[in-house]
Amino acid sequence: MRMAGRSVSATFVLHAVAWLIALIWLVPFLGVFMASISPLSEVSRGWWKFDSFTPTFKNYIGAWNHPAAPISRGMLNSLKIAIPATIFPVLMASIAAYGFARFSFRGSNFLFIVVVALMTLPQQMIAVPLFRIMNQLGAVDSYAGLTVVHSAWGIPWILYFMRNYFSALPIEVEEAAKVDGASDWRIFLQIVMPMALPAVASSSVLQFMWVWSDFFLALILIYSPTKLLATQRVPLLRGVYHVDWGILAAGSIIVMAVPIIVFALMQRYYIRGMVGWVSK
Amino acid sequence: MGQTRGRIFFFLPALVLLAVFVVYPVANTVWLSFQTPDGEFAFFRNYADVLSEPEIVDLRGFKRGFPYGALIHNIIWIVIHLPLTVMLGLILAVILRDVKGGVLIKSIVFLGMVTPMVVGGIILRFLFDGSVGILPSFLALFGVKQRTLTAHPDTALFALIAGSLWLWTPFSMVLYSAGLETIPDYVYEAAVIDGASPLRIFFLITVPLLRPVTGVVVTMTFLWVLKIFDIVFVATMGGPGGASNVLALQMYMYAFREFNPNAAAVVATFLMIVALVVSIPTFRALRGDN
Repeated sequence: MRMAGRSVSATFVLHAVAWLIALIWLVPFLGVFMASISPLSEVSRGWWKFDSFTPTFKNYIGAWNHPAAPISRGMLNSLKIAIPATIFPVLMASIAAYGFARFSFRGSNFLFIVVVALMTLPQQMIAVPLFRIMNQLGAVDSYAGLTVVHSAWGIPWILYFMRNYFSALPIEVEEAAKVDGASDWRIFLQIVMPMALPAVASSSVLQFMWVWSDFFLALILIYSPTKLLATQRVPLLRGVYHVDWGILAAGSIIVMAVPIIVFALMQRYYIRGMVGWVSK
Repeated sequence: MGQTRGRIFFFLPALVLLAVFVVYPVANTVWLSFQTPDGEFAFFRNYADVLSEPEIVDLRGFKRGFPYGALIHNIIWIVIHLPLTVMLGLILAVILRDVKGGVLIKSIVFLGMVTPMVVGGIILRFLFDGSVGILPSFLALFGVKQRTLTAHPDTALFALIAGSLWLWTPFSMVLYSAGLETIPDYVYEAAVIDGASPLRIFFLITVPLLRPVTGVVVTMTFLWVLKIFDIVFVATMGGPGGASNVLALQMYMYAFREFNPNAAAVVATFLMIVALVVSIPTFRALRGDN
């Protein structure tokens, strides 16, 4: 339909530009992928030269069981943080979001705006005092500590996202339940939450990916070699005397595989979560 | 009565957690930024001191070249990144709608969005490497000296900016794509019947109708560049010689390498203020929707 006005040559140029952009975007990923399945000698000669190409799985094994920073352990550690640091904030923020959507009190609007403003903060803004608090609580270098911090950090945007969703739900069902004598909590848990499952899925997917990909908070709060998370281990695969690109690339791919798989499975919810900013 | 009082427990868990682990640290950081290391009130002396440090603003850079200091680098980053992200995202969204295989291309571009930034940093380092990276080898075909682009002061920052564009443009593309869906078909049909050319349609219909989306894209891109840390940390560590240093990284250096929490607090507070100011229009618009 929209193509109707365009000439053949314009259509051709359009396709050429689109696929050129796709190529530019793909090449960096293709490079790491090729490096991850090539022996180092072939990576050194340039991964784009296909005259000798002997695919190998060795780099993946090398990264998985790396002597200094085994990625296998990092993956496990990252899961130990990312799963609870997704469940807790989604739960707490949803409850509070329902409060903000349905129960107003003096100053609740102001409070909501403050919470929303927290979304814009750079993590640097909390780093130093956070380290001190954690130190006093004896929670530096502990997963419980990092999980709590991630939960707190995730609450503002999840709260904002969920409140918008709750506000758009029809209130009549809730009012009918209230007339029948159901309590606020009963209404929330048995009527509202089941209706809000798509929004719960969207915020969970995004929160999980952000926690998984986080580097800064882990960098300041986790330092024992055995406790390092996946993202902290990738740069350590570099090697000492020369850069072992094959292992580094394989480790990178293992660590990015998790968010890619989550995205592939939950694409609809991920996009909805991201786009929720523009169209509601 | 008891019913209403119970409602406070909807708010408490989330708000207490926020108060202890976000709001208090923020207030404390602001407070630290006004204090001397001995805990005396220093008014704006820390700000003046930090602003005159060469790692923040290095005026000699204007005679000699990089480094110009982290603040200037962040400004250069924004000036290059912001217009390109807006244009690329918009153009991609518009042309991929009409191109065969557009969905596939979108998925390829979108990979950057789900890539952890640390991995993004490694990929950039590899892409720009003088001996094993494809880009320097490719440029060598045109007579450009083959070298590691992230390891030279005159190219390091630009290499990182290119990398951050590669990782962030998908965000702008997805938002514009969603925005395009909200423009009803009959608007275009009417324009075509009136004989408008594709370019006129783009500039007189598509761009103005997408203005709210552009607002969000500009704000989010601004915030993203202000907070940029991981890819710099991994790919260049701000080097060589500070030539690709940025404020978020410098804050980390002050706080956790040089143990100067007051200087770190100044940089963090500055980042927060800029972030809040650039977000105000967007939050106004978002509230207007409700």
